[in-house]
Amino acid sequence: MMEKITFDQLQEELFHEKLPNGLNVYILPKQGFNKTYATFTTKYGSVDNTFVPFGKKDFVTVPDGIAHFLEHKLFEKEDGDVFQQFSKQGASANAFTSFTRTAYLFSSTSDVEKNLETLIDFVQSPYFSEKTVEKEKGIIGQEITMYDDNPDWRLYFGIIQNLYKNHPVSIDIAGTIESISNITKDWLYECYNTFYHPSNMLLFIVGPVDPDQVMKQVKDNQAKKEYKDMPEIQRHFESEPVQAAEKKQVLQMNVQTSKCLLGIKALHVDQTGEAMLKTELTMNVLLDLLFGKSSDNYDELYNEGLVDETFSFDYTQEQGFGFAMIGGDTNSPDRLAERLQEMLMAAKDGNAFTDEQLERGKRKKIGAFLRAINSPEYIANQFTRYAFNEMNLFDVVPTLEKITLQDVQSLASEMIADERISVCQVIPKAK
Amino acid sequence: MGNISEKITEMQGYKLHVIETDKYKTNTIVWRMKAPLTKKDVTKRALLPQVLQSSSANYPTTIKLRSYLDDLYGATLYVDLSKKGEYHVISFLIEIANEKFLTDPAPLLKKGFELLAEILLHPNASGNAFDRETVEKEKRTQKQRIQSVYDDKMRYSNVRLIEEMCKGEPYALQVHGEAAEVEAITPDSLYEYYQKALAEDEMNLYVIGDVKEAEVKAFAEELLKFETRTPKQAEDLRVSQKSDVNEVKEQQDVKQGKLNIGYRTNISYGDPDYFTLQVFNGIFGGFAHSKLFINVREKASLAYYAASRLESHKGLLMVMSGIDNKNYDQAVKIIREQMEAMRKGDFTEEEIEQTKAVIKNQILETIDTSRGLLELLYHNVVAKTNIGIDTWLSEMQKATREDIIAVGNKINLDTIYFLTGTEAGQ
Repeated sequence: MMEKITFDQLQEELFHEKLPNGLNVYILPKQGFNKTYATFTTKYGSVDNTFVPFGKKDFVTVPDGIAHFLEHKLFEKEDGDVFQQFSKQGASANAFTSFTRTAYLFSSTSDVEKNLETLIDFVQSPYFSEKTVEKEKGIIGQEITMYDDNPDWRLYFGIIQNLYKNHPVSIDIAGTIESISNITKDWLYECYNTFYHPSNMLLFIVGPVDPDQVMKQVKDNQAKKEYKDMPEIQRHFESEPVQAAEKKQVLQMNVQTSKCLLGIKALHVDQTGEAMLKTELTMNVLLDLLFGKSSDNYDELYNEGLVDETFSFDYTQEQGFGFAMIGGDTNSPDRLAERLQEMLMAAKDGNAFTDEQLERGKRKKIGAFLRAINSPEYIANQFTRYAFNEMNLFDVVPTLEKITLQDVQSLASEMIADERISVCQVIPKAK
Repeated sequence: MGNISEKITEMQGYKLHVIETDKYKTNTIVWRMKAPLTKKDVTKRALLPQVLQSSSANYPTTIKLRSYLDDLYGATLYVDLSKKGEYHVISFLIEIANEKFLTDPAPLLKKGFELLAEILLHPNASGNAFDRETVEKEKRTQKQRIQSVYDDKMRYSNVRLIEEMCKGEPYALQVHGEAAEVEAITPDSLYEYYQKALAEDEMNLYVIGDVKEAEVKAFAEELLKFETRTPKQAEDLRVSQKSDVNEVKEQQDVKQGKLNIGYRTNISYGDPDYFTLQVFNGIFGGFAHSKLFINVREKASLAYYAASRLESHKGLLMVMSGIDNKNYDQAVKIIREQMEAMRKGDFTEEEIEQTKAVIKNQILETIDTSRGLLELLYHNVVAKTNIGIDTWLSEMQKATREDIIAVGNKINLDTIYFLTGTEAGQ
């Protein structure tokens, strides 16, 4: 049965049903919008590189970059490219691969029924051949080279590599030219059969749609397809020390401005559900109080000429890994690293914040959430990410409202620790 | 579907545009100031809004101003600069929560207007000069902002293409101005320019959200008043046709070469064949079903991205792709062949229909966001036209195969720019 979940304060209604084959389907009607946006996502990303393939007994480790490669190849069918079909139906289609998810999506303002059918069917009918796999290596090779020249991307992965010794989060999502050369159609099928079972997937539809009609369409579509029951997927991760693997890394690149990023390796990466949501939001509030544009720290850094508008911070937590990152472009990468560490240590030790600041910080986050849910893309992608971690996107505001000064302070003293802090810098290459 | 009601009112010194919609959980207020793009002013124009948004008379430090924004449920305030043809446009954007979705019912919209008025009309200044410290801080940031273009090679190669292609035209100027000009700006000279800009720029205020037109008008009338003016027009440029294709290669330590090709379309927004040009660009390079994507990426496997886009007011069509250095000749050849194919009418009815469907979808999706809607509507200000979204869609539908071929024959290849790797980078 389809359940209806109502969020009074936000004036939104969400419809949900878990189908017999295990697929979770969510529909959020948004009247007044032209666009319908749908994502079909598997809980499978670049970190899932060691697992027991469906129907087998032993663990295998697959070539780096294969989840992303598979994402590219799923668009190609025996009779051509799925992009073509979507555009004939007036839709624009896309896909992305992250550390933990692979999502396929379309948006369209007409022919929604047809486009939804195309989305579900193309993701559920793989066609891989040696010839097309080889051709894709050239294209993805250029994607990898493009990122190699991008200093922000290099900095981002540089800091993750500093923090993580064994966990595959430190491997670039697209892999390397060397690693993708080992990908074959058989590897792709093995990954596909293991991770693209409906019980490992979530379909989210948001737009001016009739929920009953859409749900019926999805159910009819799935009823036509045969799936064997899927045992729980077995993934393997090496054990990971709590400390950062490296204290510092300096990358020389063809740039004019230096960059500096400080990373903190997260604790509590075994959390899911409410506990995870609370940690994640509290950490975000903490970082904002420490380094947001209205903070004393930001003002000092700006006045000292150590940061500019590229300065930013972010916190990511998933099952098995997590990190905070703080930094941006700077003329003095070492000095900035030093100042950031000082500021973090001061927050760890003292009662750094007042109730008034916390209240302001929470208001800011609540406003930012309202702004974010203007976007159907944000709702679909974030809802899916939250659901895979057993959290609910629409609990964000009530959870934020409950955060206390005590919560912020105790998280600060726990999370901030010298042994879990690392720095990565990009500096201009010596001529 | 494209039925958007934009109510325009002539106010004192500016035009007010109100778009009432209940789609969003926030309200958006955008202030736009437009003036001809000139070498003399562009650097000051880029610095000015940064100084204004950094502090104000009643919030004389960044901490105070930003804390106030946080208190207003994280209202956002930011500045955006753009070039529209030979014009430079400054935007101040404020997005503020609609209290209807908050447990706290205190009204916020008027606070947004007061904030805009504070930023525009009550700067952190004394006498006829801005606060020195603020100006110096923002000058430093501006120099870094200009310099940072170099580090993003995709952006850098696009900027370089335009510099080479539009040499001697205002459009060659960068939107953030010139690094060498920043130092000479003083708190006094910037203040003088501020007064000049407020007196002479063409100014427009957009309000999009769950608002009442009458209320918005009352707020605007009360808080924002300026002298009336006749906006300055950019000089009508006659661009002489280059006799040869301008080929520029630049060497840097990069792994991937960046190929950027510029064409003059000789068609701009408001011209009768502008909508056909959109269809032309869609078949040629705008989408994942387009000739560039299919032939450069899918068939030849040379690139991850290969696309084209239009600059609507300047009349440019620009191709961009990232390729191996050794594949330069092959990539240029394929791209030029696709342009030839377009001119010869080597495309099917199906491609035309498919492209129209995708463009229609793109427009309707664009107007689902307040930013996208504003960009579409602002074309009318720049081009002095009055084209509604529905007209846009129906005119585009009318483009025939012959029209598309005719547009193709107006388009001239101007400049091929290639940022190529050095031996060390390979």
